[in-house]
Amino acid sequence: METKVDEDEHLRGSLYFSPQTMTSTDSGRVKNEEEFVDVLEELMHSGDLGHALRTFSPSPYNGGPPCSAADLPKAVLESQYLRYVVQEIATEKALSLEEVREEASVILEEMSQKLQMGFIRLMAYMLSKVLKRILTGIHVNTEGLNALKQAVQESPVILLPNHRSYLDFLVISYVMFTYDIPVPVIAAGMALSKMRVVGEIISRSGAFFIRRAIGSDKLYWAVLSEYVKTIVRKGFAPVEFYVEGLRSRTLKSLMPKLGMMHMVLEPFFKGEVYDVTLVPVSLSYDRVLEEFLLAQELLGIPKPKESTTGLLKARKVLQEDYGSMHVNFGRPMSVRHLCRGKINRGQYNLVPRDLPQKPSGEVQACVSWLAHLMVRMQEEGALISPWSLMASLLLQAPAAALTEHGLPWHQLAERTLRLRKLALDFGAHLNWPGKVPEQEVMSSAAALHHSLVRLQAGRVHLVQGEEDEREDPRRPEEDVTKAAVPMLMLACYRNQCLHVFVRPALLAVAIHVTKSVQRDELFAFFCFLRDLFANEFISIPGESSQDFEEACVLLRTCGAVHTSEQEVTVSDVGLEVLPFLQDLLQPFIDSYQVMFRYLCKDGVHVVSEKQFVPAVRNLATKLILSGELHTHEALSSDMQKNVFSALRRLETLTQLKASELNEYRVNKAAVGQISDILCGRIPPQSLQTTPDAKL
Amino acid sequence: MASNSSGSGSQGRAPQRLRIIAGHLQRPVDVDATVSAAECKAQGGEADVASDGKSVPKRRQEIMKWNGWGYSDTKFLFNKKGQAEFTGKRYKLSGMIIPALKEWMEGTFGTNMQHKSLATPALTRTAVQPPTLNEAFVEELKSTGVPFSHDAEDRVFRAHGHCLHEIFALREGKVGRVPDLVVWPNCHNDVVKIVELACKHNVCLIPYGGGTSVSSALECPQEETRSIVSVDTSQMNRILWIDEKNLTAHMEAGIVGQDLERLLNESGYCTGHEPDSMEFSSLGGWVATRASGMKKNIYGNIEDLVIHVKMVTPQGVVEKSCQGPRMSTGPDIHHFIMGSEGTLGVVTEVTMKIRPMPEYQKYGSVVFPNFEQGVACLREVARQRCAPASIRLMDNEQFKFGHALKPQVSSMFTSFLEGLKKFYITKFKGFDPDCLCVATLLFEGNREKVLQHEKQVYDIAAKFGGLAAGEDNGQRGYMLTFVIAYLRDLGMDYYVIGESFETSVPWDSVYYIFRVLDICRNVKARIIRECKDKGVQFQPFSTCRVTQTYDAGACVYFYFAFNYRGLSDPVHMFEEVEHAAREEILANGGSLSHHHGVGKLRKAWMRETVSDVGMGMLKSVKDYVDPNNIFGNGNLL
Repeated sequence: METKVDEDEHLRGSLYFSPQTMTSTDSGRVKNEEEFVDVLEELMHSGDLGHALRTFSPSPYNGGPPCSAADLPKAVLESQYLRYVVQEIATEKALSLEEVREEASVILEEMSQKLQMGFIRLMAYMLSKVLKRILTGIHVNTEGLNALKQAVQESPVILLPNHRSYLDFLVISYVMFTYDIPVPVIAAGMALSKMRVVGEIISRSGAFFIRRAIGSDKLYWAVLSEYVKTIVRKGFAPVEFYVEGLRSRTLKSLMPKLGMMHMVLEPFFKGEVYDVTLVPVSLSYDRVLEEFLLAQELLGIPKPKESTTGLLKARKVLQEDYGSMHVNFGRPMSVRHLCRGKINRGQYNLVPRDLPQKPSGEVQACVSWLAHLMVRMQEEGALISPWSLMASLLLQAPAAALTEHGLPWHQLAERTLRLRKLALDFGAHLNWPGKVPEQEVMSSAAALHHSLVRLQAGRVHLVQGEEDEREDPRRPEEDVTKAAVPMLMLACYRNQCLHVFVRPALLAVAIHVTKSVQRDELFAFFCFLRDLFANEFISIPGESSQDFEEACVLLRTCGAVHTSEQEVTVSDVGLEVLPFLQDLLQPFIDSYQVMFRYLCKDGVHVVSEKQFVPAVRNLATKLILSGELHTHEALSSDMQKNVFSALRRLETLTQLKASELNEYRVNKAAVGQISDILCGRIPPQSLQTTPDAKL
Repeated sequence: MASNSSGSGSQGRAPQRLRIIAGHLQRPVDVDATVSAAECKAQGGEADVASDGKSVPKRRQEIMKWNGWGYSDTKFLFNKKGQAEFTGKRYKLSGMIIPALKEWMEGTFGTNMQHKSLATPALTRTAVQPPTLNEAFVEELKSTGVPFSHDAEDRVFRAHGHCLHEIFALREGKVGRVPDLVVWPNCHNDVVKIVELACKHNVCLIPYGGGTSVSSALECPQEETRSIVSVDTSQMNRILWIDEKNLTAHMEAGIVGQDLERLLNESGYCTGHEPDSMEFSSLGGWVATRASGMKKNIYGNIEDLVIHVKMVTPQGVVEKSCQGPRMSTGPDIHHFIMGSEGTLGVVTEVTMKIRPMPEYQKYGSVVFPNFEQGVACLREVARQRCAPASIRLMDNEQFKFGHALKPQVSSMFTSFLEGLKKFYITKFKGFDPDCLCVATLLFEGNREKVLQHEKQVYDIAAKFGGLAAGEDNGQRGYMLTFVIAYLRDLGMDYYVIGESFETSVPWDSVYYIFRVLDICRNVKARIIRECKDKGVQFQPFSTCRVTQTYDAGACVYFYFAFNYRGLSDPVHMFEEVEHAAREEILANGGSLSHHHGVGKLRKAWMRETVSDVGMGMLKSVKDYVDPNNIFGNGNLL
């Protein structure tokens, strides 16, 4: 596999890491395939049972013994911090101390992990069976594993995987067990705990459960944060949580949540531990187990409850082939190092450390920055499958071509190869087997996704869902929804590689819309797009000029533009590359415009997210039927929610104080203005942005 | 009450120690012909109580090292057999063989007896810049009869304290800016005259007491273009009166700790103020730096001991009008003086509290399974307010270090006992030799109360898993305080450089997680990481101890040393690490200094320590008291 270290990689490298931390492993990026080992293949040699019964003797940080399941809640309950909060709540709610304390121990009981080695082994055994059945390989980067092994002995480690599948945390624990690294304590969604047997197994393999909407429950928040912080302080096992908060239904990174992040960092801020090590983990799937569910959820078809019987029904899922997956452990990063100059830890000196303290603006900004950085690191560590490139191209083909007469295979193949080169130019890690003929790589990718595409007579057809036996005539709206399913699935797979192209693509759009060559004009529009789409494409707060610079460098690297001090001009090569990049973002732009259009309609003054989603879906469906709108992505609830968040962030939607239904007043003029800027009718003004660093 | 206690036998180890420290000093003979002698009359009150037995001569070089710590006759060396030996006769350890030291050094620093980094043997006078004299000042000074000298050695001696970089440079024979003249006032009035002349002729004055500064406070500012005069107060060393009714004594500020205690002891009293540097540091220096003594739990720190201070400033003499034990008369002007670090004037006379000498003293020690338990015990002792005169907790590294300094055992029996103790603690009680740590204790008072107190403290210790480990271990711990400074010179002979620094920090307990503990761990870890990052081959010796307890916190001492072989600029690297360690201390809620002071070394952090307004307050005092910056040592602000 060819590797390319572009200038930008150095740029980023020097931004985030000093030479000292560089020594542990050379970079978070994957250099070549040889660095990965296939866990499943190794398993062939030891056997599932042998593997499950292997001696497991990891050496943890501090050399400390693991905290027994009973010790941890006790330490939490007796902590000064919790005692203080309990007191406070008792006074507020006029309850007795005992009642509040009782409530706290119930919460603790509900959340506590009950790590038991026996269950880990049982899990290992079962997982060996299942994983071998559905996956052809689990490729793990050895360098990352070794660095992790080293890191857990030095300071508390926080594992931050991206979240694309239910398999994520199982696979990580499985890999760590296999490689003699302390099995992490995992923050899992409460829903999982409600699954009878599975919930128990998960908790005994080291997961603790957190409620989804903690919001204003002060006691819950206090118990959870003390619980997490105690684990970090004691440092006997890595803590693992999803910085994105949720499983991404779009396979695209989500804007990070900051609560947990703050909890794990606070022991460092307060000097209770010397350092905390962050390890971003990128899990990349050739094919995601939940692919059908994803599209259905996005289209508002309700998600089945997570239940054990539901899981058993999913057995059908287990008969499929899902290709292979990659687990790429990023380079361990020292929080101490990252925060140098960003945090004055002295701010904790004047208040006892164990009293609740509202984090300062500086701390919030730093936590937010770190959280975003972690998401970006996850993206950079992801491996791009050939299919993801193909999906991106398929989405750009006319819809009719895909559903009716099909797209010529050779055309798709040829474009995919060109896109591969572009991706490599942009420094992406491709999971493109080097020893297999290119054609074969692509056709086997298509074969793996037989549920989505079909090759017939040299043409690629999109697979439409099976005809269901429902009485005709079907409403045309239903047809739209049905046609949207494969489209949104394709979009999900495109999203897997979106982060590689997104910054140059934003610049491409800026060039296209502004028709300008002036750097500062382009930069202004670039920033506008970056802000507007902040929920779609994760970028690090406050680093817009670095991002713009990166976009310029990448486009120059692939020959698409010439850059000078003042200007960015399109080259001949650019005439080929830039349209692809614009088209990549077109569905987002079109969808956003639809939603702006909805909000500007007469009669819409006050909206809530609850009513916004179906209303926009109706409008989008109509527009698709009338042929005005060419993307089905406007139907995606994810995109709709993102627009809602973006407009709230830009203060064009303002919450009604009196409203209990979370209703917002629409500032039509402002929405119209954003819409006008987006289509180039007026130049961008700097949009007002409220800091999104609320914890 | 003020009975004359004999202090003999086991009932008076501290006085005995003092006698050992001071006993062999001879009264120096003044031989420098260039120095004229004109004794002041004792000022006011009763007659001069005692002025004999001075420990510090004008020519310090007669008894002290010019490029290392302490007395010339006392040092560590490896003898022909390759065994470590402590020379001289001044200390209990003097003349003894220390068999384990070599191995400890090799194991801890990776030193090698073949690789030496010896100091320049003698000062090259040509390396010292000729003095820039203010002729008019010198002329008028002559007429006052105050002795002075511009001899190169005299000047070099007063140009430094004992920071690592200062001593390192001297060992290499490098001399920077030094004072141009040294004056030896004999009394308060001499100082008044000197300051008046300095103001008149715009000469820079730098007060000099015992020269034990570890904050670069004595360094001459590079940018100073005026003639610099070092005001050496060492000859102002009399106890002027003792007031037995009020239990106070009035002294000239140049008296050094060991003389003060010895002379007061002769009358049956003591101040109880015993900083580790008390052999050499002076009363005026203590006041100027806000010093702290080992036995502050009984006697208090310098701010608790001082009743009255007289300081000569460019604006005149500042002092209070009475000796009331407490006053509500606005901000206490003593607090402008204490900690002023020689930037406002010269402290000339001090009235201090005295106490009858304790009738009984007892050392003790407790071994804890780990440092955490030890800190928890100290916290409890402080909570119950039953701290003995001194209680100190060493971490495991220091415990081992202390062991390496055990002198050769003279009898089979002691060695047998030692072995038995070790067996009991590590095997029978299951203490991990790589984790255990030891607290040293010193009790003082009447015999009955001491024994009662002792029991109380040992009972608390037992709750934290502490085992009593005997008087000897305790006593040795305190003795090491005095010899440890000599050890640095030995280290420097073998490419090892090191320093100690201190801070104070609140206890701040979280279910037995203490800020005190966190700061110890974090600072030690920071030092080790910084050294590693900077390419130090051998892991540095990074260790700490808790040396004082307070109601609301503790004083923590850090020791840091490493082998610098192969490093191009070890001192610079060392300073960077020290800087990083201080940043770490501040970030973890520690103070800039507990008692060493700020000097020039820690000046950079003053503003964030006392706030902008606080800084302005201090500056405005300086501006009023010394508008022409006569006291231009550049410390503090």
